[in-house]
Amino acid sequence: MNRVFKLNNPYNDDKVISACSIFGMIDQSGRCFSGECVTTAIANMQVRSNGLGGGFAVYGLYPEHADHYAFHIMFLDKKAQEETANFLTENFLLTHAEKIPTRKTAGIVDPPIIWRYFLKVNSKPRIELEGLSEDDYVVAKVMEINTKIDGAFVFSSGKNMGVFKGVGYPEDISHYFRLDEYKGYLWTAHGRFPTNTQGWWGGAHPFSILDWTVVHNGEISSYGINQRYLEMFGYRCTMQTDTEVMAYAVDLLMRKHGLPIEIVADIFAAPLWSELEHMEKTEKDLRIKLRQIYSSLLINGPFTVIIAHQGEMIGLTDRIRLRPLTAGVKGDMLYLSSEEAAIRLICPDLEKAWIPRGGEPIVGRLYQKEKKELSHRKKERG
Amino acid sequence: MKTLLPPEFKIIRDEAKCIKCQVCVRQCGFEVHTYDEEEDVVLSNNAKCVACSRCVKFCPTSALNVIKNPLSYRENTNWRQEVIHDIIKQAETGGVILTGMGNDKPYPIYWDHLVLNASQVTNPPIDPLREPMELRTYLGSKPDQLVIKGKHVKTKIPPQVPIETPILFSAMSYGSISLNAQLALARAASEFGTLWNTGEGGLHKELYKYGSTTIVQVASGRFGVHPDYLYAARVLEIKIGQGAKPGIGGHLPGEKVSSPVSRTRMIPKGTDALSPAPHHDIYSIEDLAQLVYALKEATNYQKPVCVKIAAVHNSAAIASGIARAGADIIALDGLRGGTGAAPKIIRDNVGIPIELAIASVDTRLRQEGIRNRVSLIAAGGFRSSADVIKAIALGADAVYIATAALVAMGCHLCQKCYTGICNWGIATQDPYLSKRLNPDLATQRLINLLRGWSLEIKEMLGGMGINAIESLRGNRLHLRAVGLTQAEMDVLGVRQAGA
Ligand code: SF4
Ligand code: SF4
Repeated sequence: MNRVFKLNNPYNDDKVISACSIFGMIDQSGRCFSGECVTTAIANMQVRSNGLGGGFAVYGLYPEHADHYAFHIMFLDKKAQEETANFLTENFLLTHAEKIPTRKTAGIVDPPIIWRYFLKVNSKPRIELEGLSEDDYVVAKVMEINTKIDGAFVFSSGKNMGVFKGVGYPEDISHYFRLDEYKGYLWTAHGRFPTNTQGWWGGAHPFSILDWTVVHNGEISSYGINQRYLEMFGYRCTMQTDTEVMAYAVDLLMRKHGLPIEIVADIFAAPLWSELEHMEKTEKDLRIKLRQIYSSLLINGPFTVIIAHQGEMIGLTDRIRLRPLTAGVKGDMLYLSSEEAAIRLICPDLEKAWIPRGGEPIVGRLYQKEKKELSHRKKERG
Repeated sequence: MKTLLPPEFKIIRDEAKCIKCQVCVRQCGFEVHTYDEEEDVVLSNNAKCVACSRCVKFCPTSALNVIKNPLSYRENTNWRQEVIHDIIKQAETGGVILTGMGNDKPYPIYWDHLVLNASQVTNPPIDPLREPMELRTYLGSKPDQLVIKGKHVKTKIPPQVPIETPILFSAMSYGSISLNAQLALARAASEFGTLWNTGEGGLHKELYKYGSTTIVQVASGRFGVHPDYLYAARVLEIKIGQGAKPGIGGHLPGEKVSSPVSRTRMIPKGTDALSPAPHHDIYSIEDLAQLVYALKEATNYQKPVCVKIAAVHNSAAIASGIARAGADIIALDGLRGGTGAAPKIIRDNVGIPIELAIASVDTRLRQEGIRNRVSLIAAGGFRSSADVIKAIALGADAVYIATAALVAMGCHLCQKCYTGICNWGIATQDPYLSKRLNPDLATQRLINLLRGWSLEIKEMLGGMGINAIESLRGNRLHLRAVGLTQAEMDVLGVRQAGA
């Protein structure tokens, strides 16, 4: 067993409990911007976190390596790093590796060794023989490192995106990783308030697999069954956090089952049976079937989540909205935040700000992606 | 032969209160009470009393009480009074001792060693009086994945049957219980939005109108099975075994086979109705698959097929086989399940507690990745809404109740159902007795019970911060064990309380 799991949940609780601030912004025209705004916004919600975890996800981060899987890995010691480097060269084509540049920061103590690796899958024909996609292969290898290499933890593994996270307030983490020097068209951020005293770098959000990232505020009371359901599909919930369950559920439904986010929202935050009574027949039939088949993935209990992947950012709350979420729009920019003040701080002249209904997904998409999907859907129908 | 059996109970009559109205004389079907006109006194024959409490509750002046006969033998843990009496009975009759209702021996009741969770601070409890709380459950086989184009689901979904509370009425046949009792079960199920079960005695023609909330049984005797019976039902159930008597068949004595019972069962009047121990066309799992599909073919794949088994040592492996044999639902009936008649030795010694069976079956089906293929109904001695909710947290989709339903209708658990005499008008075909059960009142009592339990389930769910029953199903993190061994906790898949 990798000792990082012990670090993550030192008292072996059912799962790790924490509360949080979350923030996200996407420029739907695809323009890239630095991490300064998002840092200011999340810092404004400092009372919602306690210095035991902060993190960011950035999309459009590595345009010069856009076709490479970018692994961000933390190591507890040199030995773990060596072992991992060997593993990576054995299983991938390793193009480039470097230490992630950092700054000395007052609030940041005892950081692990953190490196990034740009990788390509080089054994494609063999993988295809086994009926796996490249993505499946990468997921399997990430799981292998995280469970088998003691002291190593892959916390980011997508293309042209990256996660930066650690123990500290989010603004300190941002300063430490020099996020003002990076640019992306989509940023999400998280400040954490775990009920455990011990904070571990890998336990901070965003949680991520491939280019899916999740930042989450809540405590899911359906965790036990969500986890057991996902286990049937081969996922191992080793981190014992709600966020991990969310990320795997998204991976299963969106990537593997090919369902669009609007449908996934109706699974996670299923409309009440009584609400269905007022729906038109096709709409109602669809919702009934979704709930019949995917009832074990109903996410029950308070949560707000911002899910992101290449070109798309989605905000969602539980169906009776027990955790806060505010959305705002200005031009091409969509903001999602735990608190409205954080949005207004960085964008005082918002065109519109509103509180979405419980269970209603708020989606921001690159216009380019939107177009592609529309034509794809038309083709399907035709 | 003079019997050496002493009376089990003793009638205490308060002569000062007795007004000699003779209600007790008329109420007791066992003819315990008699009126002596000459002496103007009501007498009681203690030896015949079964402690059904009928006379006590109907005596207008509360003059009666029934107590355990305080007879003392020399104390002996091994040779308890019950043991001695059973031996005396057999020495006098040379037969198998029969009994009714469920196992009454002190096996551990795991429900009483499992405690539930509630939300504090980090996540809010939900108040069911102010917030929606959903108990609807769909029974039936679920595919692993839906393929959706636009707003249309392309995947073919096997039939799904909704129930508005995760509680169904378990199998009790017409013959073992009266038509009035079945009528009350059928009506209560229809009105509440759940299902009742015919048992293996066919469906009386008066009850066809409740078909859409009826589970019809196909058991080893095939009594009352014909096309219309199958068409009328919502769910078909193949009965392999019963918790009260795993491994043996059924026996309805000829005295209970009145002419309406004979018509419904399609057997001659007054003959014993014997269900063989096995289905003689099922000696193996592939035979079961054939019957499952024969029933599906016969009903055009419109109705889920349930297979009911007694919870026994290899339930997990057997359940996995049943799921693979094409069943949509598996019903597990545990050690404490009731019966109209069973050999006492079997009832008290064969089978395993339902708590362990639910846990091991749910775990196995998940390990094999086939839990979605079947719904799981648990049965066998559920006493309260707490038992129900704990069963669901262990992994059941829903729960069958029968004894609790009978108690709601008036049963006092005297365990004499096999005699054909039931002073409460339930387990009898004697018109004088069965008309005592007013179907309207019995229906109302059953609805009240379902309502009370459902409200309690909502309260407990809300406390856990859950507003839909499916988020508790199989969610064992909401259970903790008190006073169990590590081995028991491992099987149940729950952690020690406080840990
Ligand atoms: S059998 Fe029932 S009705 Fe008869 S005397 Fe005993 S308690 Fe009263
Ligand atoms: S159903 Fe009647 S005979 Fe059977 S235990 Fe209950 S009261 Fe006694």
